[in-house]
Amino acid sequence: MRDATLPLPHVAGAKQGPLTGRACGYWRTVGRRLRRDYVTLSFASVIAVIALAAILAPLIAPHDPNATSVAYRLKPIGYKGFILGTDELGRDMLTRLIFGGRVSLVMGLVPVGLATCIGGFLGLVAGFTGGFVNTLIMRIMDVFYAFPSVLLAVAISGAMGGGITISLIALTLVFIPPLCRVSEAATTQIRGRDFVDAAKASGASSLSIILHHVLRNVLSPVLIYASSLISVSILLAAGLSFLGLGVEPPTSDWGLMLSTLRQSIYVQPVVCALPGAAIFLCSLSFNLVSDGLRQAMDIRA
Amino acid sequence: MAIALPRPDLQPPPTTDDSRDRGGKAQPLLIVENLRKHFPIRGGALNRKIASIKAVDDVSFVVLKGETLGVVGESGCGKSTLARVLMGLVAQDQGRIIFDGELVGGPHGLSLRDLRRNMQIVFQDSDSSLNPRLSIADSIAYGPRVHGMSRAQALSLAHDLLRRVGLDPALFALRYPHELSGGQKQRVNIARALALDPRLVILDEAVSALDKSIEAQVLNVLRHLKETLNLTYVFISHDLNIVRYVSDRMLVMYLGEVVEIGPTDAIYRGPKHPYTKALLESRLGADPRHRVEAAPLAGDAPSPVDPPSGCRFRTRCLFAEDVCASKAPSLGRSNNHGAHLAACHMGDPQSGHSRASLAPAPLPRVADAVVC
Repeated sequence: MRDATLPLPHVAGAKQGPLTGRACGYWRTVGRRLRRDYVTLSFASVIAVIALAAILAPLIAPHDPNATSVAYRLKPIGYKGFILGTDELGRDMLTRLIFGGRVSLVMGLVPVGLATCIGGFLGLVAGFTGGFVNTLIMRIMDVFYAFPSVLLAVAISGAMGGGITISLIALTLVFIPPLCRVSEAATTQIRGRDFVDAAKASGASSLSIILHHVLRNVLSPVLIYASSLISVSILLAAGLSFLGLGVEPPTSDWGLMLSTLRQSIYVQPVVCALPGAAIFLCSLSFNLVSDGLRQAMDIRA
Repeated sequence: MAIALPRPDLQPPPTTDDSRDRGGKAQPLLIVENLRKHFPIRGGALNRKIASIKAVDDVSFVVLKGETLGVVGESGCGKSTLARVLMGLVAQDQGRIIFDGELVGGPHGLSLRDLRRNMQIVFQDSDSSLNPRLSIADSIAYGPRVHGMSRAQALSLAHDLLRRVGLDPALFALRYPHELSGGQKQRVNIARALALDPRLVILDEAVSALDKSIEAQVLNVLRHLKETLNLTYVFISHDLNIVRYVSDRMLVMYLGEVVEIGPTDAIYRGPKHPYTKALLESRLGADPRHRVEAAPLAGDAPSPVDPPSGCRFRTRCLFAEDVCASKAPSLGRSNNHGAHLAACHMGDPQSGHSRASLAPAPLPRVADAVVC
């Protein structure tokens, strides 16, 4: 500025507000709120345990996940050497559940992560450009929206031949439209705010405006929504495996285990229910963490 | 106004030498010629253009260096569109903008980016104008950073500007918009507009949303900044008292057109256009003995989609005659930038309006005319 030593303009009784001490940024506030939320914290630790077990599976699993034994078929929980019993081929349930967690976590996180990037980007472009581009992108999304998500996932995996990679692609495609829609709605809303015009008026490029002004504001609603999709993705992946469209045997996967063990439900009901319980616990944890995240991030000005 | 404020002297402050001055003191800072912006209304099966909103229609005026030009008019008369077109936020359909002698957007003229360094805007909605995810200092520093200033430099500039608008940087720099009151936010918006060291600031209803005491404080800050930073203001408002307080010259808009322009004092003393007169009479007096029961200006303005033929004000004008429907009055031109002009047939002896011969005798009070 030209003159830095000017006196302050006289402002009678200008409200300076109470001293709040340290300034609180958005993410710092979110962190502080999360630290106080014990439900979210405990279920986040459940996810952490499942993730850790999945990552360290070969080190901590008591048996080989694929070692069969005719002699030890369908043993109950607590049978010596097999803490959680064995399945219909005599494989250790605990080992297979730990290894199955790997697949479930990948199936939960990867499609949602990919869909968040792709759908979020498409929504950002549609919302920021508006007009014809918006119409084009959003109408294509509407076509995908017309199918129920389970049916769409089954149809895509079925048509493309099944397998882990195909299921990942199918699930990603299922999650792109809703994420795109959330991102588009948030972007459209932010684009109409005056600070975007003010940034434009200060000579900023569209890219800079998107990165500094739009993305920062669109990120939290998109992340909140994406986190709620993780459990859906785990369930859908389990469903695909159950139908034989996801993971192929003998790879251990909770959905597949549920499918093959269902014939033995009258012999060992508790053991047969274990994969289902694992799916339930995992998706419940993701749901509750997502809920906590939403509450922590939803800061009204 | 609720508070009595000292009247500033109406002479523009003597323009000090400004290194950015290119055209000389006599060159108007901004010349707007025949500016037009029509927004299409699309509809029908093929999304064709079926009509257009004539938001800004053939508007010409100048802004002199160091002055404050007030822009008044009813809601929807195109004031804000005019501001957005001037800032290049909305492209004009037609017309030229000349900033300090340089045509904006021409092949050899001033680029939009350069114009925006010299011209900034403060919006009415102080809350919507600030990014909720950026700290106050970051919001102010954003503009200079876009133009290549280092982060440290931009932040120290932001601190300096906060001090100038009367906010202690130690308290406010790291805060977020939701922690500030409306008046504080608007001060931050002013600081943000000043961060690029502009010469012209458009204040688009910048104080309209503030309560009266805060409004007076912000007006004082604006006046102080204008004097110290050698600024020129285009002050858009619907509050006639405030426009009188801040403006050297003023411009009255009606349905996208300029109906009257001239020195503020001259317009307040003797409005030439019946619309201006009605507007001025619409102000509520503080004296209960002068209480008016009927509003001098009844009803809503006609739709800007399909404005009346001839003079756009004729449908609400008490003096309308046949000539007003058939011929549009022109504002006229004068080489004297301080001239008091009005687009009304009554001011033009050749127009054929029966009252034209009476000009330049003062218009009767609208209230009196109702009685007749």
